[in-house]
Amino acid sequence: MKAFTKLRSTAAPLTDKGKLMVNVDTDMIIPKQFLKTTERDGLSEGLFHELKTLPDGSPNPDFVLNKPQYRDAGVLIAGENFGCGSSREHAPWALLDQGITCVIAPSFADIFYNNCGKNGILAITLPLEVCEALAGQAGGSNSVFEIDLETKVVTTPDGAEHSFDYDEGRREKLLKGLDDIALTLQSEDSISAYESQRKLSTPWLETAS
Amino acid sequence: MAGQTLYDKIWNQHVVSEDAATGEALLFIDLHLIHEVTTPQAFAGLKAAGRGVRRPDLTLAVADHNTPTEGQAKGLDGVTDEAARNQLKALTRNVAEYGIEYFPMGHINNGIVHVVGPEQGRTQPGMTIVCGDSHTSTHGAFGALAHGIGTSEVEHVLATQTLRARKMKNMAVEFKGAVRPGVTAKDIALHLIAKIGTAGGTGCVMEFRGEAIRSLSMEGRMTLCNLSIEGGARAGLIAPDEVTLAYVKGRPSAPKTGAWEIAERYWQTLFSDDDAVWDEVVEINAADIEPTVTWGTSPEMAIPISGQIPDPAKMSDPVKKTAAERALDYMGLEPGADLAGTPVQRVFIGSCTNSRIEDLRVAAEVAKSGKVAEGVRAMIVPGSGLVRAQAENEGLDEVFREAGFEWREPGCSMCLGMNPDILAPGERCASTSNRNFEGRQGRGGRTHLMSPYLAARAAITGVIGP
Repeated sequence: MKAFTKLRSTAAPLTDKGKLMVNVDTDMIIPKQFLKTTERDGLSEGLFHELKTLPDGSPNPDFVLNKPQYRDAGVLIAGENFGCGSSREHAPWALLDQGITCVIAPSFADIFYNNCGKNGILAITLPLEVCEALAGQAGGSNSVFEIDLETKVVTTPDGAEHSFDYDEGRREKLLKGLDDIALTLQSEDSISAYESQRKLSTPWLETAS
Repeated sequence: MAGQTLYDKIWNQHVVSEDAATGEALLFIDLHLIHEVTTPQAFAGLKAAGRGVRRPDLTLAVADHNTPTEGQAKGLDGVTDEAARNQLKALTRNVAEYGIEYFPMGHINNGIVHVVGPEQGRTQPGMTIVCGDSHTSTHGAFGALAHGIGTSEVEHVLATQTLRARKMKNMAVEFKGAVRPGVTAKDIALHLIAKIGTAGGTGCVMEFRGEAIRSLSMEGRMTLCNLSIEGGARAGLIAPDEVTLAYVKGRPSAPKTGAWEIAERYWQTLFSDDDAVWDEVVEINAADIEPTVTWGTSPEMAIPISGQIPDPAKMSDPVKKTAAERALDYMGLEPGADLAGTPVQRVFIGSCTNSRIEDLRVAAEVAKSGKVAEGVRAMIVPGSGLVRAQAENEGLDEVFREAGFEWREPGCSMCLGMNPDILAPGERCASTSNRNFEGRQGRGGRTHLMSPYLAARAAITGVIGP
């Protein structure tokens, strides 16, 4: 996993009629037809596919990531309950493939939030009014945001600073880009000890298969 | 010491180690269910790191999301979608390489992963169960801690048989009294989600409690727990009782005589203590629940079938108002109109929510009352090969065919449109599945979630209605 320390980038607000979109679900982030891959790469084609294309398949000029000034945004700003729905990790993979490594919203669905942390994407929770203020600052090419995970501060193009909370354990892993499996395998003795005890305490589970 | 909830008990039983500083625990996983869509990258990761599968014996694989629901006898080479075929073949290769039990497409035991686990007796009370699929919450119906995980976590569980997890909050959902006749588990779930919202249970494990829950069959309990995730909760739980035990007993992987008695004694300890501490409590008067149908593009956009489509102009919350306007536009509905009487072109009875034998029996009863309406295409997709065989033994397939329903082979089918079963743009579908998101069943498709009874009624009458 690639580490996340500091990001300087433009930001794209995901809006509908001027309001940050709520309940952006994983089918919206990446629809089912893009889930048939056996790779993690190349998924940006499917990112927000039904929002970014018109029914005839041509690009929707009104969709934020299709506008030249937002095309390179590394930060996405959205409304409440972002990432609800399925567990598909293709959603964060598609964001990564697009170059988006930070998502800011008032709240996230649990599984999506977890999946972000496993892929080097920083999902930041900030109150709705702050998210709206950030979206107001997201003016495109010259509006650069700075997201610093060391200090846990988002700095907007106008210089305003917004502190955010982030779980220490997750932060440590994200800052160092640590691989969970390698960490867990250091607990091999504990896992083996648990398995031995499990054979005694719930023996029927050993022969369940 | 304060009492424990059912979730506390299962959690404590499975903690391998805990990091007090970060609050992160290693949780041992008793059953890891896998399918073709969320595993290829996990197996590739294992291979690249030279790691193996720690406990193939605690892992079970099925093919379900991509599989076509007709012509399965032709095998994988008969799957016309090349990408789907490649994914199915990748699973077949991976399970062979690592020695994982696998029910491939066409096998009598094959079906939707959340139908197969319980049906085989692999799902048992008190277990921890994970799968790269958010509807893993289904297995909570047995008093098992079960939830969806991402592909990175699938790889982690394959390699270590543990999950890095943080304790979630305890939410009690108390149903007071009994439901009215004709109200099903699906109605209970949609009513609850409409009340608390799709983020209502975020960060929580929901335990469903009360008389209305105790009276549900295992099929009904699975439907309800399946939909916990649509209320934001990764996991739902129902304490095991005699209904649960009667369902598990005698299934292929259930404990045999001798072991059964030991298991039963343990399972009888699996309930929330009277003095358990709840972080959140939601109370629902069961008699208030009516047959419920969704009108919009989120499962929380649900109303009683006798109700009117909400008017965004009357909504004070600007966020809800914007979302409702967008949903009505997408769904092609008028605010204030009766939902009943809305014509449908498609009917889908199936999915991990409602494709079990009991669901099919209910639908078949309705099918006996008439023929599928002119201009409606109605599909019945049993949840597994065994459900299909049982239905055929009972003659339900004949009833459906006679009434003009299509009798399909098992799979996820039109729930998520990853296989040939999809809606055309603008088509309106009465669906027993779990998500009515924009484009979920096909781009531009309009999904109304409802119970198998109401979906079968819609097939016969051609309109949504009681």
